[in-house]
Amino acid sequence: MTRSFISGNEAFAHGIRLASPGVISAYPITPQTIVVERLSEMVADGVIDSDFIHVESEHSALSCVIGASAAGVRTFTATSSQGLLYMAECLPYAAGGRFPIVMMNANRSVALPWNIYGDHRDSLSQLDCGWIQAYAQNAQEGLDLALMSYRIAERPDVSTPFMVNLDGFHLTHTYEMADVPEKEQADRFLPPYSTQNTIDFDTPRNLCFSAGPDHNTAFKAGEHAGLMRSRRAVIETEEEFSAIFGRKYTGLTEEYMCSDAEFILITLGSISGLCRDVVSSLRKSGMKAGLLRLRYMRPFPVEEVSAAVAGARSICVLEKDISFGFAGTVFINVCAAIQNAGICIPAMNLIGGLGGRDITEENIRAAFQDMASGKTGVVFIGMEDLKI
Amino acid sequence: MKPHLRTCIPEWRSDSLPDNTAYEAGFLVTKNSGWRDIRPVIDTKKCTGCLQCYLYCPDGTIARCGNKVSVDYDFCKGCGICAKMCRHDALRMEAERR
Repeated sequence: MTRSFISGNEAFAHGIRLASPGVISAYPITPQTIVVERLSEMVADGVIDSDFIHVESEHSALSCVIGASAAGVRTFTATSSQGLLYMAECLPYAAGGRFPIVMMNANRSVALPWNIYGDHRDSLSQLDCGWIQAYAQNAQEGLDLALMSYRIAERPDVSTPFMVNLDGFHLTHTYEMADVPEKEQADRFLPPYSTQNTIDFDTPRNLCFSAGPDHNTAFKAGEHAGLMRSRRAVIETEEEFSAIFGRKYTGLTEEYMCSDAEFILITLGSISGLCRDVVSSLRKSGMKAGLLRLRYMRPFPVEEVSAAVAGARSICVLEKDISFGFAGTVFINVCAAIQNAGICIPAMNLIGGLGGRDITEENIRAAFQDMASGKTGVVFIGMEDLKI
Repeated sequence: MKPHLRTCIPEWRSDSLPDNTAYEAGFLVTKNSGWRDIRPVIDTKKCTGCLQCYLYCPDGTIARCGNKVSVDYDFCKGCGICAKMCRHDALRMEAERR
């Protein structure tokens, strides 16, 4: 293990180096570029024995790794924002084919207005395409997820592609201290990928076949079952990870002072660190505040969210996303989960950080004040006077 | 081996269901010719076995049969390319009678 001062992109590149995919194919886009640059340097310098396939677009990048994965190879791609949307046609293809591809997505705003800074509207718009979606809160978790994602995705009972999300700039470009594991440790944790579905001239197989009305449901139900089984795979993989690397993770969510909390803020990604500080500060002034960080959006942590907020007086989902015409996508998911658990408490949806705007400590404190007054509905931070 | 329709199809709700979209090559489970309006009919007296129809069929539904050819009506879509290609007037398109 080496302590290194590295950015989120660089940390992720180290995670991928340690996982040693046979094929890497990606197209550069801000703020993902550095992860691809570092990996292409590692391939050029012979640090990793991977084929780096240059392509002319993100659509081709994902198509390329789908082909490689279908031929039985461990693969990696990375993108962001418009690039992820350009891949959109291929995302369900990868999931339906049950190809355990790993992708890093650098979360970035979606045009128009054109903007290169971070929010979650790119990945959350692709929740339904059948990929596992995890959200890191710092560079270390990004690196660790790079390793764990292969272990989870490649399990035969899961066999589902995995998208690891890092907040654009806040994580991808921010330098912090991170532990970079040794290759020997990584090899103990992550065995080589093997699948029966390879290209074999002696026993040829149809890959990516069609299934008509009679059989289509069975395949789609199977895809859902694989993604749902990843819940258990996440927990078991984190236990194995902890045994080798010493770092512990907490499953699909991470609770902070939730057990006796009256007011719980629910977040995704890098903003959670600041929210944790605010919760600590509010606790000192006597408010029973709590923070629930969603580490995974798919599979959605239905039981974990319901259990965490069951004793709360009200909740607020703070997210960098809006599903125009309704509410934030995280909020919609959270509300569906707690409704089915029979929990009926005021729920507010705070939309912030769009196009990279800072979410301040004051914004987060205000969210807790709003929860205390039982406020509900969708509010854009700084746009409280917006007439709808 | 040519892809062909199987009589023994896996139980789609059991463990025999493939868990991804990969399976033994050429394993066809449903016919695919329901919209055919006209069908190619081979006059075996005129057929010389030149295989032009076999080469041009876009769906691979014409096969060698001895020194002649035969059509797999479970998958032929009735496009008529084979009849257009035949120089020996051995293929004609007939209306489907339903």
